[in-house]
Amino acid sequence: MYRYDEFDAAFVRERTEQFRFQVERRLKGELNEDQFKPFRLMNGLYLQLHAYMLRVAVPYGTLSAPQLRMLAHIARKYDKGYGHFTTRQNIQYNWPKLKDVPDILAELATVEMHAIQTSGNCIRNVTSDHFAGAAAEEVEDPRPVAELIRQWSSLHPEFSFLGRKFKIAVTASPHDRTALRYHDAGVEIVQNGDGRIGYRISVGGGMGRTPYLSYVVAEFIEKPDLLAYLEAILRVFNESGRRDNIYKARIKILAHTLGATAMRERIEREFGEIKAAGSLDVPETERARIEAYFAPPAFEDLPDMALPQGGALGDWVTSNTHPHRVRGYRIVTISLKPIGGVPGDISHEQLDGVAELLDDFALDELRASHEQNLVLPHVRIEDLPAIFERLTVLGLATPNAGLITDLICCPGLDYCDLANARSITIAQEISKRFADLARQHDIGDLKIKISGCINACGHHHAGHIGILGVDKKGVEYYQLLLGGSAAEDASIGEILGPGFGEHEIVDAVERVVEAYLTLRQPGERFLATTRRLGLEPFRSAAYEEQRHGAD
Amino acid sequence: MALIKNGAVADDPYTDVADDAVLPDGPVIVSLQRFRVDRDGLLARNTPVGVRLAPDQSPEALAGDQGRLALVVLEFAKFRDGRPFSWARLLRTRLTFAGEIRASGDFLYDQIAFLVRVGFDAFALPPAITPKLFQRALGEMTNVYQPSADGKTTIRQLRG
Repeated sequence: MYRYDEFDAAFVRERTEQFRFQVERRLKGELNEDQFKPFRLMNGLYLQLHAYMLRVAVPYGTLSAPQLRMLAHIARKYDKGYGHFTTRQNIQYNWPKLKDVPDILAELATVEMHAIQTSGNCIRNVTSDHFAGAAAEEVEDPRPVAELIRQWSSLHPEFSFLGRKFKIAVTASPHDRTALRYHDAGVEIVQNGDGRIGYRISVGGGMGRTPYLSYVVAEFIEKPDLLAYLEAILRVFNESGRRDNIYKARIKILAHTLGATAMRERIEREFGEIKAAGSLDVPETERARIEAYFAPPAFEDLPDMALPQGGALGDWVTSNTHPHRVRGYRIVTISLKPIGGVPGDISHEQLDGVAELLDDFALDELRASHEQNLVLPHVRIEDLPAIFERLTVLGLATPNAGLITDLICCPGLDYCDLANARSITIAQEISKRFADLARQHDIGDLKIKISGCINACGHHHAGHIGILGVDKKGVEYYQLLLGGSAAEDASIGEILGPGFGEHEIVDAVERVVEAYLTLRQPGERFLATTRRLGLEPFRSAAYEEQRHGAD
Repeated sequence: MALIKNGAVADDPYTDVADDAVLPDGPVIVSLQRFRVDRDGLLARNTPVGVRLAPDQSPEALAGDQGRLALVVLEFAKFRDGRPFSWARLLRTRLTFAGEIRASGDFLYDQIAFLVRVGFDAFALPPAITPKLFQRALGEMTNVYQPSADGKTTIRQLRG
């Protein structure tokens, strides 16, 4: 994985001291909260319902064992013993004290971590495919490009006070695991007809109260030109994005107001100038320097091996391991969705336990996924039983990756200042309702995504089943959406109808799932059935109870 | 209000003139609206002219006149509105404006280093920023990842 050189290290160290001075001035009253806000946000610090929340960047989701141990240490020393993996591959702590945050950042810097731009109206922490370097079908490892973007976007002098946040995802696989089309800008690494590798760039995706899928603005950008093209997009956004209304300020509104043709022309004009100036060219030497850090581990020449079958191990292998590009290896998903648990939460003991696992099995890295799970990218098939045993002891062997209880969920009203409704409790109830593993396997691939408010941190628009918490006169209600997808077949879910009460929503979800089981064709997954039949049969199933009540 | 120019405290020779006020002698700053109306007269005066731009006014409105203007003032109505960062960079790159670019209004200590990078060389300091603090702001971060209008050597270039 990437290692800081002297420049990266000094940069993060100085940034920490810069923030220390900001905190000092805030504590002395020299900065008011309004003035402090953009700077604390750019260092990942939110003011939540009960306390500050610190969101630590995990660039493109890659973590080493020493970094995991540091995350465990921070959870113990400065928080209540746990952290929470987010839907953007980051980890957040819910209970830090303001005066401690500079020290936390200084400790993070010792393991080459930071919280730069995990929040605020700036270019956010860049995300990528959690199967990078391991997936069979990828064009090349997307992380060197993500690292290049991380550096370019860090404290960008021109784009640190944008109209709104700007999120970039990078993928190199035709099977999208990054929710690419829901990003402000998406970078797809592709091969063109001549066999050259370059980038397809899309712009204008986003969730929130006005969800949009992005559209392609450039079919093929050459490797040296990537940063010039991204800079061009950001210029158009900074100059012309709306500033009068926070809900209309994302680039998705500008992109879909201007339309693809005008947007492309605007970007091309800037791109032409930047390219002519030449100062943002990415030379081959710099790309090679970064790529060297992401060289694949020394894979052994292993024989083809049958996967373990039967029993709890077999169930786990079926759901939580995936084909690897190298013979004899599997990709392992560590589910952070125990039945009835809080999606994405992890204790300091578990963080330490996973670090030990990496060491003992000579695994050099871990990934965080945007689905709030962890991934061991390169596991020998022969090690699967032993790893399963260790994860079982750690309480991290829930065999539900990709199944209905592997749901994603924002912190909701239990923590968040913006939320209208609780989302964790709903996630927990759904998880318990569908706990039976045989039933989960029967249901198959079904992604439930829950947000506690319209800001959509729980990606409800992109759920096969989405749930949106709303507040109606002080009472929590839950809207049901169907048919969304964040994958390569991206779509925006549609609201079924009036919201359900807190005690009705799980029943409604179950009725929709039961309707699917009745209506599906053999082998047809939930999303395909909703697309084939439309919403109507599911709507009548969901509201069945109410209709009976009205009779 | 202290004026910093090219890194040091400086006297301000300009008079900022309201749209309906009579033009005084000596260097003046006028709004874009007034510049459009009085352009020929203003440029015919044998004295430096500056134009003040609001955050929603792109300096492209000055294209063609950039060689005749001595100063462009970019106003920060709210420190959160970051458009002037792009306007300064655009003045320096697309318009190759070589005169003074002055930040005025509601900007913060923590924005100064960014402002210098994108091409501002003068600052009408808000009361909270002393000239001493201004100097401190420039020394917080030694190296940078991005090229910008200041031409500063980037980390990529330092890596060789």
